Amino acid sequence: MLDFVQQLVSGVALGCVYGLIALGFVLVYKATEVVNFAQGDLMMLGGFFAFTFIGMMGLNYWLGFAGAVAAMALFGMLAERVVVRPILGYPQFSIIMATIGLGYFLRSIAGMIWGTDDLKIETPFSQGVLRIGSLVLAYDKLSVIAATMILCTLLYLFFNKTTLGTAMRASSENMLAAYYMGIPVKRVVSIVWAISAAVATCAGVLLAPITFIHSNVGLVLGLKAFPAAVLGGFGSIPGAVVGGVLIGVIESMAGFYLPEGWKDVAPYIVLLAVLLLKPEGLFGLHVRKKV
Amino acid sequence: MRFLFKTDYEDDIKLFPHSGYYVSYGILLALLLAAPYMLSSYLMSQLVFVCIYATVGVALLILTGFTGQASLGHAAFLAIGAYTAAYLQKYNVPFPVYFLAAGLLTGIIGAMVGFPALRLTGIYLVIATISFALIVEEILARWESVTNGNEGMRIKTLSLLGVPVPRDSPAFYFLCLAVLVLTIVGTLNLLRSPTGRAFVAIRDSETAARSMGVNVALYKVKSFAISAAITGFAGVLFAHKLSFISPEMFTLQLSIEFIIVILIGGTFSLHGAVLGAIFIVMIDPFLTYLKDDMPGIIAGVAATFGAGKERAASIQSSVAAFASLNGLKGAIYGIIIMLFVLFEPLGIYGRWLKIKLFFQLFPLYKRATFKRQKIYVKSERNR
Repeated sequence: MLDFVQQLVSGVALGCVYGLIALGFVLVYKATEVVNFAQGDLMMLGGFFAFTFIGMMGLNYWLGFAGAVAAMALFGMLAERVVVRPILGYPQFSIIMATIGLGYFLRSIAGMIWGTDDLKIETPFSQGVLRIGSLVLAYDKLSVIAATMILCTLLYLFFNKTTLGTAMRASSENMLAAYYMGIPVKRVVSIVWAISAAVATCAGVLLAPITFIHSNVGLVLGLKAFPAAVLGGFGSIPGAVVGGVLIGVIESMAGFYLPEGWKDVAPYIVLLAVLLLKPEGLFGLHVRKKV
Repeated sequence: MRFLFKTDYEDDIKLFPHSGYYVSYGILLALLLAAPYMLSSYLMSQLVFVCIYATVGVALLILTGFTGQASLGHAAFLAIGAYTAAYLQKYNVPFPVYFLAAGLLTGIIGAMVGFPALRLTGIYLVIATISFALIVEEILARWESVTNGNEGMRIKTLSLLGVPVPRDSPAFYFLCLAVLVLTIVGTLNLLRSPTGRAFVAIRDSETAARSMGVNVALYKVKSFAISAAITGFAGVLFAHKLSFISPEMFTLQLSIEFIIVILIGGTFSLHGAVLGAIFIVMIDPFLTYLKDDMPGIIAGVAATFGAGKERAASIQSSVAAFASLNGLKGAIYGIIIMLFVLFEPLGIYGRWLKIKLFFQLFPLYKRATFKRQKIYVKSERNR
């Protein structure tokens, strides 16, 4: 029983990371109907930025964290301006390819700048565990869970309660109509990319004590975040986190109870099953085309 | 400019619209047949890879370019073809038999992937095919009794009707070339048949195709099966060319390379597959060239433009350092993909058509001829 709870908690922590990356997908998808295949690589880059600020320049952890988030938000805007804006409105597949290209580029550049070793950031949560009875919970995992919950709530409120959030949903529905209604669509898209890069950075920094930072971390985790986003229904913020947690739990349970090899495949088998049975996901909307 | 005067339907679907095609393709074929006697063995080996990649590119074009179903899982089909060949070869099955068996098995698996894919479009289909490829990769690594796991499998020299065909002989090149040419001719014929017309109709609008009485589900599954089968054939040749296969050769990276092939070549014509394959395969020799010769050349240029000896030497070493950076290939890939998507969405073949049209219409060429429509409304995109 104790094993089960332990696995459950570590699965939830892992799942929250997937959820954070999936949140980035969902944000961009919600506002622009674009899927950003470079989301995992933005996360990786955010981790490297934080490492530069904290590990190399010796800033305070929180200051470095904030600096990395701000820098990555700017970077997200830049990436949107250069790569995505010229092809907005073209078939989804072109944009997918463009972001795959961006991902390739970021991975190699990060490898050139920061090398190919695993890097580590000293965080306030790196050490120490919380003991409840005989259950042992590491602070670094708890910090991931807490941060995910906070970010998810904030973003959910932002999208559903604020004017800017409403503007984002409107421009996703129909960019032209939104533009005619006075919504600055270009700026809105730009802000969404900034937010999603910032969320990715949070994921990258929180993950640093657990998986370390190296240039391929984004690819691996980004691929795991897809099942999370699909499971939650692309386009739903709480869905992304719930999907992420489910995938994380499934993965860690499969790693513990099933023979070796299932751990890596289980999320994708679940994904295919979801796509077959309920393609719109758990929280997704059903869309029909008018002919 | 030549005006084609078409008098009946047969004229419209001819493989060679006019006699000029016989001349140009005849010259191309002659050059390709003469290639083994003119090129170095390294370039010949690259040319074999061009043939294999182009075959996969044609397969992907049938599915992605003409039926509009994106796939990022073609490395898995290639792997299934390659492993079928390796497994059957262990039991001394002759080449023609396992070649066909590999294609057949891959085709059946492709159809099986096609059924679930019926309900999926756009991004969901991309993710589903990625998942399929990742699962296949894991199965290859774990099913040790058949695939030998991560140890990989060795493939013996190909023997065609008792005659051995080593993997770097001209005969092997001719075999690959024959497979490519047959694939292209077969695909061209497929595309002008009712099946091919149905594929294109589904790509342009699924709803409209359905209203016209096209059995969308049937044709999508057919498209998946045909595309997978051709990739399976290419997989057999791929396995023989490499003579050793292991699961980590068939990763997502390879699937992305195949997509890059058709993206760079052009997704609307079979020429694109071949041009894209040439581009992707020749990046490696180009990088080697960049690493070996470029620093000297740049330093020489700098010296002729008046840079001192020391300055030229420092330029040479810094260029050399840049060219041998780790991961330069990835960065170049990334930049190439982005540049093509942004500035040349019709690919190399599209550029060729534009240049041709420019001279045909000179001086009346308009850029807007090739402009694509942008769609900003969500409901329009959900087809």
